Amino acid sequence: MSTSIALHAGSLERAETASTREPAWAKVVLISVALSFFAVFLLLPLGTVFAEALRKGWGAYLEALVNRDAWDAIRLTLITAAIAVPLNLVFGVAAAWSIAKFEFRGKRLLITFIDLPFSVSPVISGLIYVLLFGAQGWFGPWLQEHDIQIIFAVPGIVLATIFVTFPFVARELIPLMEAQGSEEEEAAVVLGASGWQVFWHITLPNIKWGLLYGVILCNARAMGEFGAVSVVSGHIRGQTNTMPLYVEILYNEYNYAAAFAVASLLALLAIVTLALKTLVERQTRRQLQEIAATSESET
Amino acid sequence: MSISIRNISKQFGTFQALDDVSIDIPSGELVALLGPSGCGKTTLLRIIAGLDYADRGQILLDGDDASARHVRERRVGFVFQHYALFRHMSIADNVAFGLRVRPRRERLAEAEIRRRVKRLLELVQLDWLADRFPPQLSGGQRQRIALARALAVEPKVLLLDEPFGALDAKVRKELRRWLRQLHDEIHVTSVFVTHDQEEALEVADRVVVINKGKVEQIGTPEAVYDHPATPFVANFLGSVNLFHGRVEDGHLHLGEHALALGAGGGSEGRAVAFVRPHEFDLVPGWHADGGLPARILRVAAAGPSAQIEVSRVDGEVIEVTISRDAFQLLGLAEGDQVSLRPRHIRVFQAEALAA
Repeated sequence: MSTSIALHAGSLERAETASTREPAWAKVVLISVALSFFAVFLLLPLGTVFAEALRKGWGAYLEALVNRDAWDAIRLTLITAAIAVPLNLVFGVAAAWSIAKFEFRGKRLLITFIDLPFSVSPVISGLIYVLLFGAQGWFGPWLQEHDIQIIFAVPGIVLATIFVTFPFVARELIPLMEAQGSEEEEAAVVLGASGWQVFWHITLPNIKWGLLYGVILCNARAMGEFGAVSVVSGHIRGQTNTMPLYVEILYNEYNYAAAFAVASLLALLAIVTLALKTLVERQTRRQLQEIAATSESET
Repeated sequence: MSISIRNISKQFGTFQALDDVSIDIPSGELVALLGPSGCGKTTLLRIIAGLDYADRGQILLDGDDASARHVRERRVGFVFQHYALFRHMSIADNVAFGLRVRPRRERLAEAEIRRRVKRLLELVQLDWLADRFPPQLSGGQRQRIALARALAVEPKVLLLDEPFGALDAKVRKELRRWLRQLHDEIHVTSVFVTHDQEEALEVADRVVVINKGKVEQIGTPEAVYDHPATPFVANFLGSVNLFHGRVEDGHLHLGEHALALGAGGGSEGRAVAFVRPHEFDLVPGWHADGGLPARILRVAAAGPSAQIEVSRVDGEVIEVTISRDAFQLLGLAEGDQVSLRPRHIRVFQAEALAA
């Protein structure tokens, strides 16, 4: 089946003659539009970040990063990611598992709601928590009575980050797990494996690349999230400032070199994420191809 | 281990997958669940294994009610239609899986596990593939590994879901003979699901014919083939010619012609009759005293037998198969007049077909 399609596609490519090909100028124009867009809107800002950061030399650059406030912002960002990412890893696997392997009422609804954090503006995501846990919010009085601070404190930042980054892992896993089906898990159970054994020995190895991919994206967003975190943070230096918020504060104080220095760290994180993503993507694609190949030779 | 299926019913939404199914399978037998796709046979197999639950009824394994017992504790081996090999494990690890996941105090020593895996791979004649991975194997090889993996835990019952469904015709034929031999060696009670009547008739000790969630007939391959209990069974097993007519004074009346029915020719009234293609005798020419007058439409005489299409006077087409030698002796050609004399007619009351 697939061979015939491949052959077909191959012959189509070969059949592309002067009569079907776009004129040369169209090709040139399209490619140059794409490339200049890429250069102006993506590459230039990225370059600017590093150029501005290093404008006053390496000394100023390092100074902007090793002072106490910067350090606190980096620490809070890492803590937030360290809490939000593992939690969303668990939530994401659980959500994907229940969607891919079980039939239940409200499944479609759950799939739709998983995407909610992507479709709603991050500011709203933050506001939700202010409305819930803020001083005037639903749980506000109760929280105050018990002396628990969520809004304008680290728990609020973590909550907002969890909300915003929730879909990454689940969305990555659902199609993968649906493609794999649950026959392997059933086979393992019949052979006597317990639930945990099935998960560790069968499910996890089958989804590991997709999972890693989701975690990388989730982490990048957790560290870079601005809008939702900004609403719940209160911008208290050294306490509730994450790196993106800190960049804004420095910028507003006309401390450009320091702002760009911290921004360059975030940009670096983005580049590392992209590199990892590309690597892992290659693995996931290979895995999907393997599934396709196995099911093909079976039918 | 014997399996006793008692009054099992199962519904998916409004679809009645199984309707009051009861089957007794004695220990050591190889039984085929045969039926068209969607008839509920795979659901029944999964309920026996414990992968699905019945709405009503019981599964007794060796006389004990297993309905509440978890899949893990039923000691069944299950071979999936698409094998469900663990794709990230080597073949040896696949086969060893059931032995390695046992609780520590029941687990065999690793050396013993390896010894057993080797023996199983030899049993399925694939010990040279131990270090390969599932995607590197052909369909037939994967199927045999799936079987070895299921047998590793020494199941009391072996359940196979369309075990040869995904294989090409030649491998399928080879593998089902091999399965029959294997069963004769190890004698584990086995149930396999198939929609292929040839496969069921060739491999099984007994065949359970299922249609629309109900058991139509249970019997040896000979019994269900030669003495179908219902029109469905007659129709489903092998090709047949169908006649609508009336039974009166020991004859089947088809329009203005009548065919004599042997002893016990069925009750009087409207009836449907089945005659298999190879159960006709062909006589050249039309005869007033016996047989259905017809005309030869087409002859395909390649292979061991001649497939002949004849058309009755009213235009109805009937398939006849006779040996090629016999056909050549008759010296018939397309367009010739012949009389059809069925050696065997199965008659059912017309109401039975509608049911």
